[in-house]
Amino acid sequence: MDWSFFVGHVNYWLFVVLMMTGLYVVVAKGNLVKKIVGLNMFQTAVFMLYISMGKVHGGTAPIFPTDMKIDPATVYTNPLPHVLILTAIVVGIATTALGLALVVRIREEYGTIEEDEILEIEQDMASEENRIHGQAMGGRA
Amino acid sequence: MATESVHDVALTLHDQLPILQLVVPFLAAPLVMVVGAGRGVAWLIAFLASLAAFAISALLLAQVIDGGFLSYQIGGWAPPLGIEYRIDAVNAFLLFLISGVSTLVLPFAYESVKAEIAERNQALFYTCYLLCFAGLLGVTITGDAFNVFVFLEISSLSTYAIIAAGADRDRRALTAAYDYLVMGTIGATFFVIGLGLLYMMTGTLNMGDLADRIAPQTDNRTIQAAFAFIVVGMGLKIAIYPLHLWLPNAYTYAPSAVTAFLAATATKVAVYVLLRFSFSVFSPGFAFENYTYELIILPFAILAMFAASFIAIFQTDLKRMLAYSSIAQIGYMLLGLSLMNASGLAATMVHLFNHGITKAVLFMGVGALTLRAGSSFYASIRGMGRAMPLTAAAMVVGGLSLIGVPGTAGFISKWVLVQAAFEKGWWPVAFLIVLSSLLAVVYVWRFVETLYLHEPARDAAEAPLTMVVPIWITALACVWFGINTDITMTAANTAAETLLSGSTGLAEPSPWTSALPAGEASH
Amino acid sequence: MNVIDLILYAMAFPALAAVTNGIFRNSPNLRDGITLALAVLTFLIVVTIYSITGNETTEPVALLDMLPGVPLAFNVEPLGLLFALVASGLWVVTHLYGIGYMRGHHEGHQARFFACFGIAISSVMGIAFASNMLTLFLFYEVLTLSTYPLVAHHGTPEAIRGARIYLSILIGTSIALQLTAIVWTWVLAGTLDFRLGGILEGHVAGPIVAVLLGLYAFGIGKAALMPFHRWLPAAMVAPTPVSALLHAVAVVKAGVFTMLKVGVYIFGIDFLAQTGASEWLMWLAAFSILAASIVAMTKDNLKARLAYSTVSQLSYITLGMALATSMGVLGGGLHIAMHALGKITLFMCAGAILVGAHKSEISQMTGLGRVMPITFGAFLIGALSIIGLPPLGGSWSKWLLIVGAADAGQQIMIAVLMISSLLNIAYLLPIVGRGFFLSDPANAGPVKEAPFLCWAPPAFTAACCLAVFFYAGDIVDFLSPIAGHGPETVAGVSE
Repeated sequence: MDWSFFVGHVNYWLFVVLMMTGLYVVVAKGNLVKKIVGLNMFQTAVFMLYISMGKVHGGTAPIFPTDMKIDPATVYTNPLPHVLILTAIVVGIATTALGLALVVRIREEYGTIEEDEILEIEQDMASEENRIHGQAMGGRA
Repeated sequence: MATESVHDVALTLHDQLPILQLVVPFLAAPLVMVVGAGRGVAWLIAFLASLAAFAISALLLAQVIDGGFLSYQIGGWAPPLGIEYRIDAVNAFLLFLISGVSTLVLPFAYESVKAEIAERNQALFYTCYLLCFAGLLGVTITGDAFNVFVFLEISSLSTYAIIAAGADRDRRALTAAYDYLVMGTIGATFFVIGLGLLYMMTGTLNMGDLADRIAPQTDNRTIQAAFAFIVVGMGLKIAIYPLHLWLPNAYTYAPSAVTAFLAATATKVAVYVLLRFSFSVFSPGFAFENYTYELIILPFAILAMFAASFIAIFQTDLKRMLAYSSIAQIGYMLLGLSLMNASGLAATMVHLFNHGITKAVLFMGVGALTLRAGSSFYASIRGMGRAMPLTAAAMVVGGLSLIGVPGTAGFISKWVLVQAAFEKGWWPVAFLIVLSSLLAVVYVWRFVETLYLHEPARDAAEAPLTMVVPIWITALACVWFGINTDITMTAANTAAETLLSGSTGLAEPSPWTSALPAGEASH
Repeated sequence: MNVIDLILYAMAFPALAAVTNGIFRNSPNLRDGITLALAVLTFLIVVTIYSITGNETTEPVALLDMLPGVPLAFNVEPLGLLFALVASGLWVVTHLYGIGYMRGHHEGHQARFFACFGIAISSVMGIAFASNMLTLFLFYEVLTLSTYPLVAHHGTPEAIRGARIYLSILIGTSIALQLTAIVWTWVLAGTLDFRLGGILEGHVAGPIVAVLLGLYAFGIGKAALMPFHRWLPAAMVAPTPVSALLHAVAVVKAGVFTMLKVGVYIFGIDFLAQTGASEWLMWLAAFSILAASIVAMTKDNLKARLAYSTVSQLSYITLGMALATSMGVLGGGLHIAMHALGKITLFMCAGAILVGAHKSEISQMTGLGRVMPITFGAFLIGALSIIGLPPLGGSWSKWLLIVGAADAGQQIMIAVLMISSLLNIAYLLPIVGRGFFLSDPANAGPVKEAPFLCWAPPAFTAACCLAVFFYAGDIVDFLSPIAGHGPETVAGVSE
């Protein structure tokens, strides 16, 4: 684990840190919008991983000259991961949009977007049901 | 010229079945949205699309049930660069299940959706439903790893939306959908990380090609990490026991038709992806994989069989009870997979199918009861066996199949699973399987007694015919596949052999693409 | 006509009775008349099968594949044919009795009752003619499920509790133990067909044989081997015709029949004898015989006493199998028929007493014999047959079992059978004695029997108990192939 190993894998370290931050935000934050933000960071980390892996040392942008005279000596960066991640970004945006839409609807129904308050309301609903129908085991487990 | 020969072959509709399987529901989705307004029309389009998909899946299954595979190249681009759809017994069987269940659930959905979802949202609901359906088919049919992710997200996103549609009846559907969205996205992202790692090591995303390139480097840490990410990511989608937290609420608060469809298909498709990656991408001889299954998945599967069944016993809501039972049943599927032998895999495959139709009956039955009784709490469905004899009787059939009484589909899966455990020499596991099914007796009998042995809680009419008929067709299917296993066991055995024989490698170019000059094909 | 067609008819007609009961549920006479006709028809079909096959074992006919390599298949063999004859014959009698009882006792949901009855008989036919273990298991479970509504018939909390015990023990043992045993057998032997001499020999050895036998013995909960006997007394909450036909004949006999089938056709008695795997089972059966008899003595409720008596008598048959001698197996097979006739008589008498005098406790029956002489007379004959006194049928099966025990060199078992007979006397005859020889002002009065259809059937079966004493030799000849002998080599009764 020398210095060059650390520097040589710097993109991975960044990816790991960003991903863990995102995951932490998703788990730790009680605000539903912040959870979505965390989810975004988490996904972005993966985008970074893909994009950085396409990089080829000394490679140039993978654009062919217009006259199509391709010099076999030219090294191109691998464009495929970028293309893949373009799709993933679209998916990510859709997820974010849907998540936010759900948050809006939750706010309309519950009057709050704080997880603990929502849980409290649901707890009340559940205990009301239990009072009528008998105790259920499991609850939200 | 070469292009002519391309057209000659490509023009037969039969060759295009693999893509039609997907395109029909996919195109129907926006169509439903555009036609919108008249709900009857929206429903009709959805149903016809589903029926067409079912017919196509039956044709596909017939071609591969005895082994072999079909390879379809999207746009004529040869793999590994182009996207390949590859159909063998494993996924043809799944396609058959998904489109079959959808075709049965849709007639049921007509009345159920009318009662549970606001009028103005119904066309949108069917749009999302079709997208979800198409997404699940896509995950199943594709032979390209990244394509799996894309379709997975298409189906997941639309699933979140249709679960949230239950908010018209109970606002908790919204939080359930939100929870599922967060967990599902984490799962899918883990899966993509796994794919990324694989791509790093192999430079390809075609499953057959991946397998060929992974095989020589199974000791590589990155490959192992990729496997771990994929298992955990799919585990969230499958609801493997400790990762199941999203499932009970999602199933409980989703509209009845959605629960019936998802319970029968969505988790099954995720199990399929796990199977596909474990056997066709990573080879069955991959030691790391064997340890994973034996030391991690197997204990959790057994834990799920007992813990989830136990929790199910104490539920007061029938729908929620069935959700927990689903978690337990997923335990059986994973157990078969963990056995890593032919019978075990056949058990998993046949249980995917049998449990799918069993849960379809039960959740549709719950939907019919909810329609008439207002909710699915035991207290409100008490004595409904007398008011709704047809629905209740079908549910008893489904319940028996869930227990695994001989003469029902569930029995066949249990039999093959126990047999697999014996063949492996793990007789304590065999014993645990039968013991856990005793818990199923308890929770099934609880609702049977509730339905029949109590004074009716209310007067109610029998469910409408559009519900009773699909419920009974599925219930009879449960019985039929319990006494005649020609289709299911043949398909499951072929699928198990296919999986165990490992990857089939990169496909031979099909006749009409090989007719292309080499230079053209690489564009 | 093909034998397989006849078998299917024998299964289809009782099932058809379930349908006709559903359709004509509101016209009792038509409904019960059709059912009676179907019952008679079923019996005639079984008789026809007998006239075609005799005691030949026919080739199995597969209908469809339940599992790859294990078809849904049927054939005729002596033990099953005997069981089918007994069950279908007694169905006719019990149906007549059931009409009298259900109407006399003003029971509700009669159509549902007779419908479930039909399904139960249909599955009994399936059990009797099954040609492999899986087919048998299928119908075994159908029988459990179809009799569940009969036990829960009254819908009272007590009935629900009884039905719950009934179902949990029968389903529990069959799924947890019997299914395991069957799958294990399949994995070991690669077949589940019933073959004379067994299918396991050469595939398994050592203590595993005993373990496997244990899984079967306890897994066949219907045989009511202790400690899995609790369901039988619990099932007594059902109306008496159910107790009579199902819990003295069809269900429990399906259990011991399965036990014999497993002993004779899965393990093979020679294999059992040679490995000694069934010895522990023999001791357990002996314990079951004595313990259940002792418990029976403590019961004041007549049906409960008869239930424990059944538990005890069923273990005779298990014992016959566990002795692993040809005489033991023949005695067990014969006892299926003999005990069926005796016990159904007793149960029907109990029901007649309930309908006619509204008495269910033995202590209340003092002097009742003078009021209901025919009922109590029939009861006496049934009781003597169960005890095993000549000239009644039960004496022969007990005799064969004793010979079987002697063949196996198990003197203690002979003693057990003898003591059991004494215990039978102790718990059965006092009932009759109390009825005839003691008097109680509360029960005095002119002769007043239950309705005709309640007392005539037990009188008929009592007469049968007497008649079979003289035909026991023929029945043993008929059964002799299962012991691996021709008729001429069977010693004992056939001379």
